[in-house]
Amino acid sequence: MRITINTGVCIGSGQCVLNAPSVFTQDDDGFSVVRPGREDGAGDPMVREAARACPVQAIEITED
Amino acid sequence: MTETLSFPQDRSCPYHPPTSYAPLRASGPLSHVALYDGRTIWAVTGHAEARALLIDQRLSSDRQNPAFPIPQARFEVARRLRTPLLGVDDPEHNTQRRMLIPSFSLKRTAALRPEIQRIVDELLDRMLAQGPPAELVTAFALPVPSMVICSLLGVPYADHEFFEERSRRILRGPTAEESEEARLALDEYLADLIARKEKDPGEGLLDELIAERLATGALEREELVRLAMILLVAGHETTANMISLGTFTLLEHPDQLAQLRADESLMPTAVEELLRFLSIADGMLRVATDDIEIAGRTIRAGDGVVFSTSLINRDEAAYPAPDELDVGRSARHHLAFGFGIHQCLGQNLARAEMEIALRSLFRRIPGLRLAVPAAEIPFKPGDTLQGMIELPLAW
Repeated sequence: MRITINTGVCIGSGQCVLNAPSVFTQDDDGFSVVRPGREDGAGDPMVREAARACPVQAIEITED
Repeated sequence: MTETLSFPQDRSCPYHPPTSYAPLRASGPLSHVALYDGRTIWAVTGHAEARALLIDQRLSSDRQNPAFPIPQARFEVARRLRTPLLGVDDPEHNTQRRMLIPSFSLKRTAALRPEIQRIVDELLDRMLAQGPPAELVTAFALPVPSMVICSLLGVPYADHEFFEERSRRILRGPTAEESEEARLALDEYLADLIARKEKDPGEGLLDELIAERLATGALEREELVRLAMILLVAGHETTANMISLGTFTLLEHPDQLAQLRADESLMPTAVEELLRFLSIADGMLRVATDDIEIAGRTIRAGDGVVFSTSLINRDEAAYPAPDELDVGRSARHHLAFGFGIHQCLGQNLARAEMEIALRSLFRRIPGLRLAVPAAEIPFKPGDTLQGMIELPLAW
């Protein structure tokens, strides 16, 4: 699994962080980023819920 | 052919969608409703359909589009004003929103928690010293978010009676003239406040926007005044309603309240469930700018669309036993804050305020109860944000 965030459309709602805090965080300006080293989802079962919760569907999950 | 149901309608119970919406639920996920001016628009009541449509760029929020549906005479004024954030589409919306996102980040919201707790504790101290009884809206539900948004924006709380009353009239009228008069008065107040801040800067978000955006020409004065108004009004009226109606609803569901009191770690989940269950902002509006195929129907360019949040959040396909309040359930993916680019900017601040306010209220006052029978307590009509007009409590 590979997680990418389209930061150009992120509105900083923080939904991904609230759903899967081990994988997502917000930078100092409040925009979501994938935690370094967690781009593969780190086995967190909540990653897909996080992507689904994103109000602008900015999170893309691609399977290896 | 039966007559088209008018929208919005009054709730018969403050925490349930209007019983008169039953036909909409039955004929979902899309049906038709009639607005006050006789116009027929689409009503979306299905959860999956709402999610798909709210991220569809062919649905516009531009209130200056002559085809944009207006739910009440008092909101007609929106047609000639350019309402920042909620009344514009991208890219304009995106530029405005990005100026504000850092101030509403999870980190900034978390940093406000001690201040929110301090405000909540002080108000509860006063309420306990003066009562019982107490009227929760004026003693607690309104001042909590009002003080927090004042502190965040840099608006003097000493002026709260002025702006709270004007906000109420903007949202509720009752007449279009009163609503417009209140809007002009608040506009003038904020323009004056911004002018004073330019000479004598303070430490709020408005001060930051003045220094970083107004002074540099990135934001026009009129735009900043309107932005300030939206942040101030949306920042206190919404959460105040959630606190008053949330308290009423929990008191009316003693088993749920007992579960929450026994395990306070349920509070974040309970807040999400209350957001879903209460859906206080019931009726987000859009206009189609192109034809859209959805659920076997075609929304034509120029058609108006309303999203009935209270029905969407009780879609059986999304939530089992949707009409039951269950503070232990996962109410994830509810649309109480909307969805798409316009999803509530202050949602995480609102969550923090609700969690702290409800936890502290029920912890500090174990014997909290309604002071009069539930049926005698007035709540808001269907054409505005839902909530309690008054909430008399005893303990």
